[in-house]
Amino acid sequence: MSAIKTMKLVKRYGELTAVDGIDLEIEKGELFSLLGVNGAGKTTAIKMLSCLTQPTEGDALVGGFSITKNRIDVKRLIGVSPQETAVAPNLSVKENLELICGVHGFSKEKAGEKIKELCEQFRLAEIFHRRAGKLSGGWQRRVSIAMALISEPEILFLDEPTLGLDVIARHELWDAIRALKGRVTIMLTTHYMEEAEALSDRIGIMKGGRLLTVGTADELKRRAATDSFEDAFISVVREGGV
Amino acid sequence: MRMLTFAKRCTKEILRDPINLGFGLGFPLVLLLLLSALQANIPVSLFEIDKLTPGITVFGLSFMTLFSATLIAKDRESALLQRLYTTPLTGADFIAGYMLSILPIALGQTVICYLFACCLGLTLSVNIIYAFIGIIPIAIFYISLGLLCGSIFGVKQVGGICGALLTNLSAWLSGVWFDLELVGGAFKKIAYALPFVHAVEMEKALLIGDIGLATPHLITVVMYTIGIAVVAVLAFLRQMKKQ
Repeated sequence: MSAIKTMKLVKRYGELTAVDGIDLEIEKGELFSLLGVNGAGKTTAIKMLSCLTQPTEGDALVGGFSITKNRIDVKRLIGVSPQETAVAPNLSVKENLELICGVHGFSKEKAGEKIKELCEQFRLAEIFHRRAGKLSGGWQRRVSIAMALISEPEILFLDEPTLGLDVIARHELWDAIRALKGRVTIMLTTHYMEEAEALSDRIGIMKGGRLLTVGTADELKRRAATDSFEDAFISVVREGGV
Repeated sequence: MRMLTFAKRCTKEILRDPINLGFGLGFPLVLLLLLSALQANIPVSLFEIDKLTPGITVFGLSFMTLFSATLIAKDRESALLQRLYTTPLTGADFIAGYMLSILPIALGQTVICYLFACCLGLTLSVNIIYAFIGIIPIAIFYISLGLLCGSIFGVKQVGGICGALLTNLSAWLSGVWFDLELVGGAFKKIAYALPFVHAVEMEKALLIGDIGLATPHLITVVMYTIGIAVVAVLAFLRQMKKQ
């Protein structure tokens, strides 16, 4: 069974079609990246799959559950790190992690274990008791992703996870994401070509709400007859698919 | 359990904001102190401590609207609420979490106001307990109003509407600062059509132990509370769906 399967997924806002009939299958443990220029429909697609917004037409199965009919079941399986940093500013890092454990119904013991594990994985010890709102953008982003992971999601949605991070913070986050590969199905959106190429098992390129093409980075380069992934992306977006 | 975790988070967010603490707790106490001092020098029956305390206590609750509206509007503008919408928390959890998180703050503020008033000369009696119980529907009214405003307006608008407009309306139309009988006319009619003066009158009646006098005011307050709470819940669920 696929981790995610979309069936003619459509989202319209009035006259605007933000997502236009996406058909996509993502395997368990796969890291799938959605690329596209601004307004391509990447974030809207993630919002529908994470039950933040209802599709206008079509449906999707996330972990085998329908995003239109079994929203609570879907929500139990997923973790989401939104595009903007999503932390409670007046709570400490520890309290932010406890909040997510609490809303997922973890016992105190399990919450303690998970917090310790995530704290080590994301090296949060030095900021553990500091208020999240007082941290730098890089730290906030890291805490935000740790919050998405603490519920032990089977499927993780990362919307532009490294946006605004410096190169060191970005590479550290890449390491953390790589460490999850195989264990967690990850769908991420990004504007960074090198990020998609370095992390993804497969990449989908969107434009104007449509999914133009899907393949590995090498497949996309080969199809576009280019050596660089960035050139392949530009070729796909300009020509409307390869 | 999930809802309580969320409510705990909301309480911490509010209490860790020093401006909230200053205005919510400090301002009513300063008013009690100043108006009592004024009354001691220039006796005005309206500002006698047994009449002033219920009014100031009710007025202090208008800050609960500001707290809850600001918290909800901030949450809506940040991505935190979006993240929480992807968790198993339900709409009922969010609404109950927001409301229950502020209720203890409101009740705490009431206790502090009455204790402070006792220091200023208010007679300690069992009637204070009645007044404390009576404050519960009033607190829920103000918190629901905050839920409504926070679900509709942005952070900046909430500051203006709840921080300036509502606190002034709540003060002017409650009969705390001046006797509404003296103004009379349309002003008095408007004041009595709204719940603020009824909340104050109910508290005054409870503080003298006159349940009969308090009852009609209580009915008005409860009706407003139910009405505002229903509209607030609908507005919150609507914005939740929109988001």
